[in-house]
Amino acid sequence: MFFRKKDSDRAPEAAAPPAAAAKAGDGTVSVSLTVNGTPVTASIDPRTLLVQFIRENQRLTGTHVGCDTSQCGACVVHLDGRAVKSCTVLAASVDGGKVTTIEGLAKDGKLHPMQEAFREHHGLQCGYCTPGMIMSAIDIVNRKGTNLDEATVRHELEGNICRCTGYHNIVAAVRAGAANMSSSRQAAE
Amino acid sequence: MSATGIGASVRRKEDQRFITGKGHYTDDINRPGQAYAVFVRSPHAHATIKKIDTAAALKSPGCLAVYTGADVAADKVGGLICGWMIHSKDGSPMKAGAHPALASGKVRYVGDHVAVVIAETLAQAKDAAEKVGVDYDTLSAAVDVATAQSNGQPQVHEEAPNNTVYQWHLGDKAAVDAAFAGAKHVTKIDLVNNRLIPNAIEPRAAIGEYDSGTDSLTLYTTSQNPHVARLVLAAFIGLAPEHKLRVIAPDVGGGFGSKIFIYAEEVICLWAARKINRSVKWTGDRSEAFLADAHGRDHATHAELALDGDGKILALRASTKANLGAYLSTFASSVPTYLYAPLLSGQYNIPAIYCEVDGVYTNTAPVDAYRGAGRPEATFVVERLVEVAARETGTDPAEFRRKNFITAFPHQTPVIMAYDAGDYDACLRKALELADYGGIGARKAESAKKGMKRGIGLSAYIEACGIAPSAAVGSLGAGVGLWESAEVRVNPTGSVEVLTGSHSHGQGHETTFAQLVSGRLGIPIEQVTVVHGDTDKVQFGMGTYGSRSGAVGMSAIYHAIDKVIVKAKKVAGFVLAVPEESVDFKDGIFSSTATNNTLTFPEVALQAYIAHKFTGAQLEPGLKEGAFFDPTNFTFPSGVHICELEIDPDTGATRIDRWTAVDDFGELINPMIVEGQVHGGVAQGVGQALLEGAVYDKSGQLVTASFMDYAMPRASNLPSIKLAMSHTRCPSNPLGIKGCGEAGAIAAPAAVMNAITDALGHENIAMPATPLAVWRAAQKSPTKMAAE
Repeated sequence: MFFRKKDSDRAPEAAAPPAAAAKAGDGTVSVSLTVNGTPVTASIDPRTLLVQFIRENQRLTGTHVGCDTSQCGACVVHLDGRAVKSCTVLAASVDGGKVTTIEGLAKDGKLHPMQEAFREHHGLQCGYCTPGMIMSAIDIVNRKGTNLDEATVRHELEGNICRCTGYHNIVAAVRAGAANMSSSRQAAE
Repeated sequence: MSATGIGASVRRKEDQRFITGKGHYTDDINRPGQAYAVFVRSPHAHATIKKIDTAAALKSPGCLAVYTGADVAADKVGGLICGWMIHSKDGSPMKAGAHPALASGKVRYVGDHVAVVIAETLAQAKDAAEKVGVDYDTLSAAVDVATAQSNGQPQVHEEAPNNTVYQWHLGDKAAVDAAFAGAKHVTKIDLVNNRLIPNAIEPRAAIGEYDSGTDSLTLYTTSQNPHVARLVLAAFIGLAPEHKLRVIAPDVGGGFGSKIFIYAEEVICLWAARKINRSVKWTGDRSEAFLADAHGRDHATHAELALDGDGKILALRASTKANLGAYLSTFASSVPTYLYAPLLSGQYNIPAIYCEVDGVYTNTAPVDAYRGAGRPEATFVVERLVEVAARETGTDPAEFRRKNFITAFPHQTPVIMAYDAGDYDACLRKALELADYGGIGARKAESAKKGMKRGIGLSAYIEACGIAPSAAVGSLGAGVGLWESAEVRVNPTGSVEVLTGSHSHGQGHETTFAQLVSGRLGIPIEQVTVVHGDTDKVQFGMGTYGSRSGAVGMSAIYHAIDKVIVKAKKVAGFVLAVPEESVDFKDGIFSSTATNNTLTFPEVALQAYIAHKFTGAQLEPGLKEGAFFDPTNFTFPSGVHICELEIDPDTGATRIDRWTAVDDFGELINPMIVEGQVHGGVAQGVGQALLEGAVYDKSGQLVTASFMDYAMPRASNLPSIKLAMSHTRCPSNPLGIKGCGEAGAIAAPAAVMNAITDALGHENIAMPATPLAVWRAAQKSPTKMAAE
């Protein structure tokens, strides 16, 4: 419904072929996903959105719901390595997918460079849009590289709404986080 | 200044949980056995409810209960209240209609609460809600504030003839009329302050819980002021005695005013929890937020400024119609009156001011405080007036302002306020320099070469913050005191818990309040925890709005710390075996001229609790102190914002090229957080000026009811902001701070509109200045407009 223009910004509906999920007799469907590296299987109402699966079934409440029109981006998670708005994806349609949420970013107690950058640059106030912002920011870096100018960041954040910060510090945080992702990738190599 | 004390840009303590997805917002909470509530809302702006058929819904799978206004009335659940009494010019009290939590007989706006459906799951509750049949007799609706008072308009409440809640005024009309009669020049403008929808990104939510064993209720809610919510729910709505009702406002995802108020959904979740003896959870969706959160602004104003022959202001008068919506929300009556007209002196020496305000009912969502609340509306009137007056008299707008600035303090305005401190010219000078005001001519010429129109606009704002002292607001009609409370609990190991009646929903109190404690007690900031948002933990508090948590909330903590230090010195005196009067406390160390021995703060804390060095007759054990703080005046933050923008006359697109702000917030606790508050405020002000506007059609349908239709500011709509500070200390609180939360939203709309009108060469454009509106305006040449 709310497709973006560019293929690289592909909408979540296109993320996976629908419903490989198994149907049960009681009207539920069985869905298997890998969430933050852990395989999970659940019987769910076929109407269940991916964000509901994450929040209600998996009780991972870091992913938020801020609207009902796929506009605000508070629900952004990574599905098979790409950012999607999890409020616009049926969980049953992405059976077998690999989901990363905000809870899955820090490794061994060490924050992801983008998380660290949001704190360092005061890129959050109430914190509600923050998980989606961070997940989108990492996706921007994955698509656009680690050397991001201000105009690019502002344009790419089109699908994430923040009411608190005026974006000034979010833009600074995304640019710094991108640069830090560059150095941590180099360090890992 | 220590690395974590007052004045340091300490990184926020609360961020760890927010950046890792470990925040605890209301919707993240799930209670054992909870059921789910969905509200049936009116699709009509104005209708009589003929019949509600709940039978099919009750038979729907998983449905536990369906309640309507009749059930609420049968249980004698009190109506929602408006807590600020306004009297009309003639002395009569405001005329308010009843506001039941579920509609009784009539619905008055699209989104009004008709019934609640409670079921085992959210999906089942939604399915059942679809099956509630409501038979309406639709009525025509009063929607537009400009015409709602005319004869023959639909009447929203019988109690308020001609939809007029009050006809209020402030100031000396005779003095103002005399000044206008003798004026050399009069500037007149008509302004609409567009209606806004707050849109905190976290939608409102509530969980009501009943414990039959203790006959007590708990409400988890998205509130900026949980204690006030408890007071209203107990004392006025009558759901439980205050001591049997606990209100918890956990992490709250933004408020901007919209989460101050006590709403129907909270009342119903609590009431229903007792009825079905289950926890009842409601989480609003964005569509509900658009329809039923209290909206902001919505003024229509005619204003005039009288000048003498030297360009000095003689008087100001304003006449405003303020849309209050279909019901009076919690503080609705105060916003267009005492939070508005007393700010009409701006930063200027204006000998006479008169303002009259009609508060008007319409068949639209209730209107109440939204970031700035009355003060943005006042600043918009004053700063548009002075800008137009400067242009009409051929004076540079900066010079016009400077000539009329108040320069001596304290300054008593003709409209209540006594400004205590400020240096308005200092902010102006600095802002003009940072914005390269002198170079605007060259930049306009450069833009013109590209076929673009460049404009620059100033806004020299003032606001009254703290929203206190209590006696002052009481004399103006407030139903509550507006002090704040704090308790400082020192543990035996020297760590500290600060309990505050302020509530943080993005402001960073867990960091700034801890900075105050860390700095004053000389302990690491990691040793300080700030507790807020739970009426079972914090005794009482007035909550967070009106940029009051620093000036009032932190001042209460400051006084509690004073008491802790007094007590700790007594303890140290016993331990060091020296006279108490000889004990000094500095940088976390207790010392005395009578001994070479010293004690650290944790050592004294431990001694206070083990109580071996003094008897009970000499000193009470323990180290815990509280304070209530009521300031002696409002605070008066001020500043100058300058917007420079470029308009493409072919498309109407407006691009803000530069934003410069110089603010005087007095002393700063954490400059990083203060700057973040300004950024966010400016974004909301720019949103009002360029993007946002709630639109109801003639039938009262909200046509801007989603993020698809209501233009929220996005990253690409906003510029980077150049910020600087100017400092005059606030004398009415011990920390010298003025408050910073609303400044950007107050300053920005006038700056943008002054810049747009400068670029276009005429004044005939209203907010929001969308590309279509700008394009239309750009088609009219300045000379043509002048001839019209």
